[in-house]
Amino acid sequence: MDLNAFAGEVGGAGAGPVTVVGGRTEWHVGGAPHPGTRQVVAPSGVVEHEPAELTVRVRAGTQIEELDAALARHGQCTVMPIRPGATVGGLLAVGHSSVKRLGHGPVRDTLLEARFVNANGRLVKAGGPVVKNVSGFDLCRVLVGSLGTLGFLAEVVLRCRPRPARSVWLAAEDADPLIVLRALYRPASILWDGRTTWVCLEGAPGDVVDQQRALSGIGAWRAVDGPPEPPPAWTRSSTRPSALVNLTGPFIAEIGVGVVHAPVVPPPAPVDESRLVVQQRLKTAFDPTGRLNPGRAVS
Amino acid sequence: MDALVDDLRAALTPDRVLVSPLALELYARDASIIRGRAEVVCFPLTTEEVQACVRVARRHGRPFVPRGSGTGLAGGAVPVGDPVVIVTTKMTRIVEVNADERYAWVEPGVLNLDLTHHVAHLGLHYAPDPSSQQSCTIGGNVATNSGGPHCLAYGVTSAHVLAIEVVLADGSVALLGGLDAEPAGYDLRGAFVGSEGTMGIATRIAVRLTPVPPAVRTLLLDFGTVADGAATVTAIIAAGIVPAALEMMDAAITRAVEEFVHAGFPADAACVLLVELDGLPAGVEADAEAVAAVGRAHGARTVRVAADETERALLWKGRKSAFGAIARIAPNYYLHDAVVPRTKLVEVLATVYAIAAEHDLVMMNVFHAGDGNLHPLIVFDKREPGVLERVEAAGAAIMKACVAAGGVLSGEHGIGLEKRDYMPLIFSADDLDAQARLRDAFDPDGMANPTKVLPSGSRCGDLQHVPEGAWI
Ligand SMILES: Cc1cc2nc3c(=O)[nH]c(=O)nc-3n(C[C@H](O)[C@H](O)[C@H](O)COP(=O)(O)OP(=O)(O)OC[C@H]3O[C@@H](n4cnc5c(N)ncnc54)[C@H](O)[C@@H]3O)c2cc1C
Repeated sequence: MDLNAFAGEVGGAGAGPVTVVGGRTEWHVGGAPHPGTRQVVAPSGVVEHEPAELTVRVRAGTQIEELDAALARHGQCTVMPIRPGATVGGLLAVGHSSVKRLGHGPVRDTLLEARFVNANGRLVKAGGPVVKNVSGFDLCRVLVGSLGTLGFLAEVVLRCRPRPARSVWLAAEDADPLIVLRALYRPASILWDGRTTWVCLEGAPGDVVDQQRALSGIGAWRAVDGPPEPPPAWTRSSTRPSALVNLTGPFIAEIGVGVVHAPVVPPPAPVDESRLVVQQRLKTAFDPTGRLNPGRAVS
Repeated sequence: MDALVDDLRAALTPDRVLVSPLALELYARDASIIRGRAEVVCFPLTTEEVQACVRVARRHGRPFVPRGSGTGLAGGAVPVGDPVVIVTTKMTRIVEVNADERYAWVEPGVLNLDLTHHVAHLGLHYAPDPSSQQSCTIGGNVATNSGGPHCLAYGVTSAHVLAIEVVLADGSVALLGGLDAEPAGYDLRGAFVGSEGTMGIATRIAVRLTPVPPAVRTLLLDFGTVADGAATVTAIIAAGIVPAALEMMDAAITRAVEEFVHAGFPADAACVLLVELDGLPAGVEADAEAVAAVGRAHGARTVRVAADETERALLWKGRKSAFGAIARIAPNYYLHDAVVPRTKLVEVLATVYAIAAEHDLVMMNVFHAGDGNLHPLIVFDKREPGVLERVEAAGAAIMKACVAAGGVLSGEHGIGLEKRDYMPLIFSADDLDAQARLRDAFDPDGMANPTKVLPSGSRCGDLQHVPEGAWI
């Protein structure tokens, strides 16, 4: 399916309420669209990977695993989380970063150009295909995390990065995660569940060995296969990094970042009224009839 | 007009509202060659005073223009349409530094380099380092999403801004973004960064602080042709190496800089590359060797590795004094800014030199080669009849060549007035309409820095006029 056909399927105001379905791996985020809302699927496929440019053009319906495999052939990757079944468009629309955000940065910084279908069923371009760009307003940032409430992603250009030469996960039961954070230079990830600390070290083999040595005084570390997986029923929330030390009950916290995975939903943060006014105006400006993902809301 | 000034003086203090001819002359322009007309210039000290200025302006039916140090190169801070100019240069407090969470809250008038100096003793720095960092404000950096040599690996300003307190065009205050990992709502922080004063005035900014890397290697490679240097840039990225910085200077600029700083830049080189690698020692060492090898394979005549911090500082001083050095060559310069795919550097540079020759202009290139961010710099003497027309024509041709190569209009200076009317080169009517809607969500009445960034006609039924009193 080409981009225009996708735009045609989304249609204009006359085509009524519509939602776009990715891999359904985070369908619940922001609430499910109203029952009976017509569903469309974004086009898929890796359009063009330019290894020498460190960018890739990919259709939004492409599974992230397919994209990652294509990039891996040239020793590259993106910062997007690798969630089986999830699509590139879905991951961007939700905007949650991977557990390696501490070292790799947030998903929002990876989207260079977006072609999306607006509420009138027209294809719109935001951003540009090069790695640095301040030509006009940064709509790409707004689309990431907008849950398909402003437009439906059809095709994107993402920034790539070299895959690290070496990547190891370690765990220790007796290590203070904040001391770990201070002992390392830009680790890829530090997770903590109140007892166990997990660390991901990446880079040149010699540096990984050195960083492992820097950890040796802080705990009894063992190699593990990867990060702990929060149970599917847990929710994800966000706080200030400094607030993580006060967590109680079961949780997995991303140290230095502030993302928390836990079974209980924390109370909502106070809302800034002026920000909300702008946010509502933005939604109305992009989707005057409220046909894009009705029932789903960006908090 | 008198009533406006009286009201502003009542809201601030009389001495912080200027109407003298000298002040109006000074604030009629920024660092570009575009000139507007200022009528009244205010210097608030606090968020409340900024609110007061915005409200007074509104009451008198006047738009406002936010302004930092006025080093912008796209005319973003140039007053058009009789606005109140609101200058942030007296809002210079570093409000809070949190070394554990690695952020700082600053007022918008804090100078970029002052923040880095302020936190250096903590082993931290503020990563975005525009060449103008000694004189530009962090508020201006946020508004233009500034870049700098080290943004290649560290990311441009947007990646370093956590939260922004903004006075909106209706005088209310909004907090965009936050210190937590994933602040609620649309990423309005991300939209505000790079909005060139059209979405409100940043009055407080929380920026990320970055640890100083444990190891640094700085290399200077010199080449017999510009094409060899450009091919080296492409090959370094293709080899999977993302240096902290990867800068190019051509022959003319290298010679000018050498006379200025005496850093030992080879006077007979067609171009030099300044490459910096940082991070952990083993990776830095391996990458430095790889960069040297790639350079030699592409015809590098010499590869000089800075032996110590003094030598490194000297090489960087050379790069960062490029503009000071130019001032000795000709009284005026026009600095362009465009981005092309890094794989197209060789051919685009050849075209850019050809355009300068065709228009009989002296051009030099000193730029952020690693991210394909060209800065063709034309030096001239504006007293020469007809030269401004040639400078402008060459600029337009350069921009079109970059767009034809798959590039964009600006990598870090922004659109402002300078490139506003070129936006349709890269955006369709639908694309521009979407940007206009984003802007209008912040400022439905168009009071914040009107006529900038978006060309007239960006909205359906838009009837915007050519800014009165503006000339390029
Ligand atoms: C010699 C030289 C070298 C330069 N090198 C670089 C470089 O390497 N990288 C780079 O990116 N730029 C560079 N620049 C351009 C310029 O320095 C940057 O754009 C800088 O960010 C502008 O900051 P300023 O404080 O001077 O802003 P101003 O010029 O005063 O304003 C710039 C824009 O920001 C808006 N603005 C200012 N403050 C605020 C605020 N508080 N809230 C909302 N809007 C605001 C203004 O309305 C205007 O649109 C260079 C300029 C010069 C003269």
